[in-house]
Amino acid sequence: MEIPGIVGAGLIVIGVGMGIGRIGGSAMEGIARQPEAANKIQTAMIIAAALIEGIGFAALFAS
Amino acid sequence: MMGKKILTLLLLALLHSPFTAFASETVTEQPATDESSVKAGIREYITHHLEDSYDFSIWHAMGLEFPLPIILIDEGLHVFSSANFHHGETVAESDGKFYKIYHAKIYRTDIEGTITIDPLTNHPEQIKPWDFSITKNVVSIFLFGLLIFVLFTSVARSYGDSQIPNKLGRFLEPLVIFVRDDIAIPNIGEKHYRRYMGYILTVFFFIWFINLAGLTPLGINVTGNIAVTFALALITFLITQFTAKKSYWMHIFWNPSVPVFMRLPLAAIELLGVFIKPFSLMIRLYANMTAGHVVIMSLIGLLYIFNNWFARGAFLGLTLFLSIIELLVAFLQAYIFAMLTALYFGAAVEESDHH
Repeated sequence: MEIPGIVGAGLIVIGVGMGIGRIGGSAMEGIARQPEAANKIQTAMIIAAALIEGIGFAALFAS
Repeated sequence: MMGKKILTLLLLALLHSPFTAFASETVTEQPATDESSVKAGIREYITHHLEDSYDFSIWHAMGLEFPLPIILIDEGLHVFSSANFHHGETVAESDGKFYKIYHAKIYRTDIEGTITIDPLTNHPEQIKPWDFSITKNVVSIFLFGLLIFVLFTSVARSYGDSQIPNKLGRFLEPLVIFVRDDIAIPNIGEKHYRRYMGYILTVFFFIWFINLAGLTPLGINVTGNIAVTFALALITFLITQFTAKKSYWMHIFWNPSVPVFMRLPLAAIELLGVFIKPFSLMIRLYANMTAGHVVIMSLIGLLYIFNNWFARGAFLGLTLFLSIIELLVAFLQAYIFAMLTALYFGAAVEESDHH
């Protein structure tokens, strides 16, 4: 049986969502613990999220 | 005060949403009654919006559209107006050669405009001439390049001898300072950042402005075109490689901070990384903007599929909401592009401290 590509796209979205969700959650926690470091945490969070997103898009195009 | 601002924002978005539907694009105008033809029409409308086009049509029904010059190199230079194509419906003739638009690409055909499809590749068999046309995207890039140039030079001149910004400078100075203090300096470092400020500011404002323009009734989709993002990523790539210091190459090919036997496999990975970095820049911007446009267009399309006012209201609200999200995304993508560019520049000029 052939699995359609759209299933792969769904799996990718689940993976990417979990990844970015974790980053966002951890960043929130970090900011709550140390509000004065909010700027640095935010920058690092956006970079990490952007990298995951990039992989996600690359995989979506391949699917 | 805050409530008033939000109300203005909502009103603006509300005004914008239905306009996006009219924006440019030759909407299929046949009185589509059955559902499948409506769906096909919407699909055509979305793909048409995402593609580059040979004429700039802002509002087809009102006749607000301009033909653009077509420049082809096909055994000599051919220059003619895209009005000759009549929106791709007819064959255009130039110096005894005939051209036809098929799926937004120009092919050389005969006088009848025959296009034969190769069954193996699913592409036309006709010859595709070199195409240097001033298309809608090229016009938009020219216009916004000019706008940014005029805007920033006039603001720069308005300072004179004083340190205090006036008029437009009051709005733009915090943004420039934001790019400098939050993007350039933390990633590149105090010592080298000045060299790169020109490029980072340009790329930031260019992407931001053109993303925002994509949300207006102009109906352009420049950053959602992979050729445009490819060019932007290529410039970042070239600047990174040509301004890199010795320690950057050292860290790629013979990383001093890992054991000797690991250095060769690491070199292969690092070398791959050099190309993956700009590649991901290209894909990220392109995919984000395309996805945003597709989502908004699809939601507007749903307004035409559903036949009751409750669902239509709901989708209008959703379109409005997503338009506001897109305003944020327009900024965020410009920020991320500039930020990652600065990060790569920073890696290129970093002086290693372990020896």
